[in-house]
Amino acid sequence: MLLIDCPWCGLRPEIEFAYAGQSHIARPASLGDLTDQQWADYLYRRDNTKGIHGERWRHVHGCAQFFNALRDTTTDHFVATYRIGTPKPNTDESP
Amino acid sequence: MQKFSALALLRRSLSRHASWQPQWRAATPKPAYDAVIVGGGGHGLGAAYYLAKEHGYTNIAVVEKGWIGGGNTGRNTTIIRSNYLFSESAALYDHAVKLWEDLTQVLNYNMMFSQRGVMMLAHTVHDVHVFKRHIHANRASGVDNEWMTPEQAQAFCPPLNIEDIRYPVLGAALQRRGGTARHDAVAWGYARAADALGVDIIENCEVSGIRLDASGAVAGIETTRGFIGARKIGVAASGHTSVVAKMAGLHLPLESFPLQALVSEPLKPIFPCVVMSNTIHAYISQSDKGELVIGSGTDAYTSYTQRGGLHISTHAVEAICELFPIFRRVRMLRNWGGIVDVTPDRSPIIARTPVPGLYVNCGWGTGGFKATPGSAHVFAWTIARDEPHPINVPFSIERFRDGLLIDEAAAAAVAH
Repeated sequence: MLLIDCPWCGLRPEIEFAYAGQSHIARPASLGDLTDQQWADYLYRRDNTKGIHGERWRHVHGCAQFFNALRDTTTDHFVATYRIGTPKPNTDESP
Repeated sequence: MQKFSALALLRRSLSRHASWQPQWRAATPKPAYDAVIVGGGGHGLGAAYYLAKEHGYTNIAVVEKGWIGGGNTGRNTTIIRSNYLFSESAALYDHAVKLWEDLTQVLNYNMMFSQRGVMMLAHTVHDVHVFKRHIHANRASGVDNEWMTPEQAQAFCPPLNIEDIRYPVLGAALQRRGGTARHDAVAWGYARAADALGVDIIENCEVSGIRLDASGAVAGIETTRGFIGARKIGVAASGHTSVVAKMAGLHLPLESFPLQALVSEPLKPIFPCVVMSNTIHAYISQSDKGELVIGSGTDAYTSYTQRGGLHISTHAVEAICELFPIFRRVRMLRNWGGIVDVTPDRSPIIARTPVPGLYVNCGWGTGGFKATPGSAHVFAWTIARDEPHPINVPFSIERFRDGLLIDEAAAAAVAH
């Protein structure tokens, strides 16, 4: 089981959290102007990164807050967790 | 190819079994092939076999980054069934079941295919409604599936606890043609048969890039064993398909998750069929070696670690103990994870791609093993003819753009 560092509550076991998919996906501003392919890409296309993956988690059985995280999908080690609204840390500096 | 038979076994026993040849050659890559399959699991090896057997492609290769059958083909729970809700899915999976039925004879390799029946338990009124809907849909598609009362379910599977349980069994859907097969034999049987037709099986050969020509069509693959030219590349790399496709600039609607399974210590034959429970979330069968083979769930998050959290497999074991109290003192021997690639609608993609010459067979999610022969068969057709077989027409990449999803998410045997 993973230990996840909630930016509001600190280290907690994984079962307190819900995974919420890839992070930093912005909903397109003017939906009417999108092609079908652009809309499908927004809905369905994910990076599925092998390496440092940006993702959202929610501390459902705790503070109930969403937050962002960077996790290495080859080791499951968390590189960083940070609050919604703060920019994505530069992963080059991360271990 | 040395044919396997009782007579051959007897004859070679005279030479103390020293005269058996390796089942396939350890091929070194040629500079170029007519087609290359990336991924030496059942789907990839099977596609190579059908390309050679039915489409005359003999100058082809399968490249595998590890050893063949070492990925999800060797990591699943070997369950075979075709009782899917939608007619598109039922056609695809039943195509596979029909091929399974004589695969042992066709490949001269014992698949240990056992149609012992797959029984899916209903624990809520909603389950009952959903399964009865499945049964009617399956009957309309020509796929066998029948309703069992709790007593009939227990008679079919005596270890089953139907009453003294938090969610009592209200009935079950039984597909008698469903069952299990020997997973390694699928990889080895297809590899041996493909090799006999001239297919090169290249192990320990990881793809590091896909080379495109000036027109944007595929020209070959960069691998750890050098460049291999090919005008047709079929990718069947399960959890890593999106990684390989990205090398050609192709983003697929896939996410990769670890899916776990575990086996117990071997027991005497005690479990006669396959039982799946969506609501309690467990599925179980007994291998011919005697181990209880138990399927667990996926982790919540994307990962390539081939592990998975212990709490996921613990949950599966708790569910098994609830359904089958006689197994409460059985010890678990091993657990492991495989990386499964999941599409948004939980149905596979077997299709041409926007990159000319690049084909993908992916998105099998948590249930690809059962489809192996059917998937391989239609994938070979798609590669050879550059157009889908009628069965895999609906399983295109474009269905996500066009809104033609085959939404089997709620129809999986267990929710992952």
